Amino acid sequence: MISRSVSALVQALAEREISSVELTQLYLDRIARHNLALNAFVTVDPEKSLAQAKRADERRAAGQATPLTGIPLAQKDIFCTQGWLTTCGSKMLGNFVSPYDATVIEHFNATGAVILGKTNMDEFAMGSSNETSHFGAVKNPWDTARVPGGSSGGSAAAVAALLAPAATGTDTGGSIRQPASMCNLTGLKPTYGVVSRYGMIAYASSLDQGGPIARSAEDCALLLNTMAGFDERDSTSLERSREDYSRELSARTPEKPLAGLKIGLPGEFFGEGCAPEVMQLVAEAIVEYRKLGAETVDISLPNMKLSVPAYYVIAPAEASSNLSRFDGVRYGYRAPEYDDLDDMYARSRAQGFGAEVKRRILIGTYVLSHGYYDAYYLQAQRIRRLIANDFIAAFKQCDVIMGPTSPSTAFRIGEKASDPVQMYLSDIYTIAVNLAGLPGLSLPCGFASGLPAGLQLIGDYFSEARLLNVAHRYQQVTDWHQQYPAGFD
Amino acid sequence: MSLTLEQVRRVAHLARIEVSDAEAESTLGHLNGIFALIEAMQAVDTRGVEPMAHAQDLAQRLRADCVTESLGLPALARRAGFQDVAPETEAGLYLVPRVIE
Repeated sequence: MISRSVSALVQALAEREISSVELTQLYLDRIARHNLALNAFVTVDPEKSLAQAKRADERRAAGQATPLTGIPLAQKDIFCTQGWLTTCGSKMLGNFVSPYDATVIEHFNATGAVILGKTNMDEFAMGSSNETSHFGAVKNPWDTARVPGGSSGGSAAAVAALLAPAATGTDTGGSIRQPASMCNLTGLKPTYGVVSRYGMIAYASSLDQGGPIARSAEDCALLLNTMAGFDERDSTSLERSREDYSRELSARTPEKPLAGLKIGLPGEFFGEGCAPEVMQLVAEAIVEYRKLGAETVDISLPNMKLSVPAYYVIAPAEASSNLSRFDGVRYGYRAPEYDDLDDMYARSRAQGFGAEVKRRILIGTYVLSHGYYDAYYLQAQRIRRLIANDFIAAFKQCDVIMGPTSPSTAFRIGEKASDPVQMYLSDIYTIAVNLAGLPGLSLPCGFASGLPAGLQLIGDYFSEARLLNVAHRYQQVTDWHQQYPAGFD
Repeated sequence: MSLTLEQVRRVAHLARIEVSDAEAESTLGHLNGIFALIEAMQAVDTRGVEPMAHAQDLAQRLRADCVTESLGLPALARRAGFQDVAPETEAGLYLVPRVIE
């Protein structure tokens, strides 16, 4: 049961093969058994989860079930969840029991899904390894001496070790795709504005986007169907009519299901900087895509190399503004001793934030300060435009762009923790997608020395359904995504 | 370019984050490493390029200035709900150290 896909679980519940209470208990038992080794969940509350599961079973008995009714899911601890601790991986919010639900949570609750627990993450989503969490590093189920990626590392580790059938994540510079890649999962960052950011604790508001992490593209589509949608309470939510992200997946599979699809291969993704064994697996995946009928075309994203520098100006600038709300007054941590109001702010923030969060706030404060704004912040925004224009030009030549998700497989815990620049460069292939606001997906494409690697698909704005279909067709003819780590029975 | 210790202290003050001397030293090293990475931007000629603040070039949607966060509760209970998570409150007010003598 536990290795079944979300869509298989939907069927099992519909056919009364298992109840939601039984299914939820099954996963809670697995969390109790394995979470100590992985540190994937920061909060579990079996009583609350089982109460939700019971209500889901009642709803099904009353004939009012929707597809996800009764499906247990792990929620990244960045989504405010009423009555649940919502820590965002920070000491600053170590005692924050959210008084309200994020829109994403509201959507899942409305459909009758069950919250299995809140997953560990890099503090305020600032990190690529899940080592910056106040609650400790998450271990990669494929090798517990290694990182699961970040910032949605807890979500990825939980799904990879079969402690949850699927999970939510958020992606500001790669935080869904990179952990999905390192944990052998499928993860989708939608077009900016498709999933509401209301109640999703803000890091860099012009880049943050929520999305699903699951074991297949099919499951990602099911989750996205519930997560996406216009939300009045998010001022950058896009007013678009609802769509069924699974719509292309059910079509019968002809011999060449992707005939006519043009895959763009940017030279910048296939140069130096990527581990040769990862490059080899990506190249093999592209050969598989040709067999499915796709053609490839060489393209160029000439400003790609500027994405990391531009991101580390824009994201910290927005973060320094967003995180000014944590002042020890209305919620969160307040220092026990202080002299006056200013001192209370300074000490609460010094004690409540971890080192990486402070670094990014300081960078952001600096680049926005008088005399540096034009040279850094405006210049970064201009480069952001050049990067977005590169993609617009590329999509005149191709339908989808492919390359590696991450330049390496999972690295060792501690390996990059003391060198922020090395850590930042691990997001070199994912960051440009956030700057442009495009959808991006990572899917498993094989193993190097026992560690999973990810293939990244980048699509034009609002092409989620197509990306999911392109991933799904590959998953119909390969079984990388059905490999599970040993030791979590 | 390279930051000075004085600049780190100044920025930390602007950000309202207390830093010890030892922290300022180690932060200085890290920030200079990061700014060396960021410097790559300066070589790019961006004259005439419109800054991109946002992924979608859309106008900000406005809404009526009214209470939307109801928590499904009447006003006073709602206030209590939001203030439950505050470090210190009294009679519906947030308490902070005295700022006016």
